[in-house]
Amino acid sequence: MIDLSSALHLAASEATLAVGALVLLMVGAFAGDKSTRLVSLLSVLLLIAGAVIAITGPWGQAFNGAYVADPLAIYGKSVIYLSAAVAIILGDGWMRRTRIAKTEYPILIVLAAVGMGMMASSGDLISMYVGIELHSLALYVLAAFHRDDAKASEAGLKYFVLGALSSGLLLYGASLIYGFAGSMRFQDIAAFAVDNPGPGLIFGLVFLICGLAFKVSAAPFHMWTPDVYEGAPTPVVALFATAPKMAAMVLIARALEGGFGEAHAQWSQVLVAISLVSFAVGAFGGLAQKDIQRLLAYSSIANIGYALLGLAAGTSAGLQAMLIFMTLYVIDQIGFFAILLSLSRSGRPIRRIQDLAGLKKDRPLTAVALTVLSLSVLGMPPMSGFWAKYYVFGAAANAGLWIVAAIGLVASVVAFYYLRIIKLMWFDAPADEIATDKAPAEAQWIGWAAAAFSFPLVLGALAWLEPVTKAAAAGFGNG
Amino acid sequence: MLQGIAFYLLAATAVVSGLLVVTARNPVHSVLWLILAFFSAAGLFVLLGAEFLAMLLVVVYVGAVAVLFLFVVMMLDVDFLKLREGFARYLPLAIIIAGVLLVEMILVSVAVVQNGAAADAVLGAPRPDVSNVEAIGRVLYTDYVYFFQAAGIVLLIAMIGAITLTLRHKPHIKRQNIADQINRPAAKAMEVKTVQSGQGVSPEELL
Repeated sequence: MIDLSSALHLAASEATLAVGALVLLMVGAFAGDKSTRLVSLLSVLLLIAGAVIAITGPWGQAFNGAYVADPLAIYGKSVIYLSAAVAIILGDGWMRRTRIAKTEYPILIVLAAVGMGMMASSGDLISMYVGIELHSLALYVLAAFHRDDAKASEAGLKYFVLGALSSGLLLYGASLIYGFAGSMRFQDIAAFAVDNPGPGLIFGLVFLICGLAFKVSAAPFHMWTPDVYEGAPTPVVALFATAPKMAAMVLIARALEGGFGEAHAQWSQVLVAISLVSFAVGAFGGLAQKDIQRLLAYSSIANIGYALLGLAAGTSAGLQAMLIFMTLYVIDQIGFFAILLSLSRSGRPIRRIQDLAGLKKDRPLTAVALTVLSLSVLGMPPMSGFWAKYYVFGAAANAGLWIVAAIGLVASVVAFYYLRIIKLMWFDAPADEIATDKAPAEAQWIGWAAAAFSFPLVLGALAWLEPVTKAAAAGFGNG
Repeated sequence: MLQGIAFYLLAATAVVSGLLVVTARNPVHSVLWLILAFFSAAGLFVLLGAEFLAMLLVVVYVGAVAVLFLFVVMMLDVDFLKLREGFARYLPLAIIIAGVLLVEMILVSVAVVQNGAAADAVLGAPRPDVSNVEAIGRVLYTDYVYFFQAAGIVLLIAMIGAITLTLRHKPHIKRQNIADQINRPAAKAMEVKTVQSGQGVSPEELL
């Protein structure tokens, strides 16, 4: 038991973000929507500061083990905070162009980041649940942020109702686990599960996995994803596809490997089943889509399948593969959405895949960037998506899951819908002669930077990323 | 003995009223059954020696949540017949899932009967010298301060969300401004307009 000040010192990144968000809320409340730009800027700085504090902070456990600051949590948090900051930068300009800019947008993202940080470093069932609720409540509001748009309201409501349902599943599982193990802490649960992994504990575990699978939109719990991705404002979807996914994956790693390390055989098969269904839904569901954001939703379902496959391996290498995969995937997604945000025709954003036809004539550099990103998500060597899958399949094959890895390989070939984007951009004539509008600078540069990262910068970055993620995976539980 | 009778009575009431919440035709009746279910659950809490939680359940769920439900059900024009449209179509699938869940729950119950639940051992017997409120108060700001503060942020987000999604600033609403109202001279309070017969005054002129 450590005293409150050292506990707060451990949890300094969340505390900074929470207090900072309250201050910004006051700024927004008194200065009104005029201050949106200032609040956005300060929120970005706050998130960067949060990441720096997390990285430089000490390791350890606080609040009776409810809060764990170990390398895994710190790595997860830095990715989460930075991608949330990018979502604020992308959203700020977009919201002003759509005339729905409000100071609440950056503040809600910062508060969601607090929740995601809690998830990444949760050491027991309550902090897991409170973290999940904290970030998802902010995300429900963000999904419906464009409140005069019927589709956005529908997206927010759907996300809210299904999210509440999944929270119910999660809580039911958590209550069973507590009832049988007699403790909320993952460490104690793990110690208990060594001796007696009875049916009650496993039943609770399965419910817990179902609830968490909802949050990462893994099939067969993916029903909300396409509708929410289609309806919610594009920069908000850019957030959905990145930071919360990373937080939930780190949380799943924590809950399963930290709390049920000994029951690996039991949860591994559940994860394998979920990833197989996700591959299939993601690959085949995406083929028939006409809306770009719906397509990206199916793409995210498939990709979460790959990330879960890394975890299913249950080894340190699998955890490392998941971290690398999620990091590279987050950067790819940021690129996709930034480019999507930078494209509009006569003031209207591009929504249909068909609208990308003939982009090479209009915006050659953006077309190149989108091509690189598409090939990367498809998994073409030597783009970043290939390396992401390389690590995941390698870890899965080493853990004896090579059949699943082979199926995943086939599924990533089936998902050739990215090639359709490339064909449309380079070989098809545009439907009309209206050129795209002048691109907003921030979205365009972020998109190009992400594309440049996915090739060729990734080759250099991997040399650095690999030891860092390896240390993060190895330091798991060393808080 | 008496406790056993009370338990089975309350448990049976909770289950039956829970069933009626879903099956009642009239949504207002559903809410009333829900209130009964909450009351029975509160009774179960009392049996466990958690009288503070029982009171909270009554105050919060019956007093606030259920009444809010009643308002929503009565004030919103929700077509409940339409909501039930798919009921027969999805019934077979629902029965399969419910059957699987039932089997699993029986397995869990059997496990509890055989091994007991570990949480019982942790909690131990209730101590008569410490009241519920005191026991919660001792840990709420010490052991559980992290969760308590985080739950506070959750509520803050809910408030921000409700305001963001629903508050609209309407330009023509006249708000109370006490200083202005008191300082208004009598000459400005009233304006006499001569209205031509058969013409009237448009609202814009009055503003």
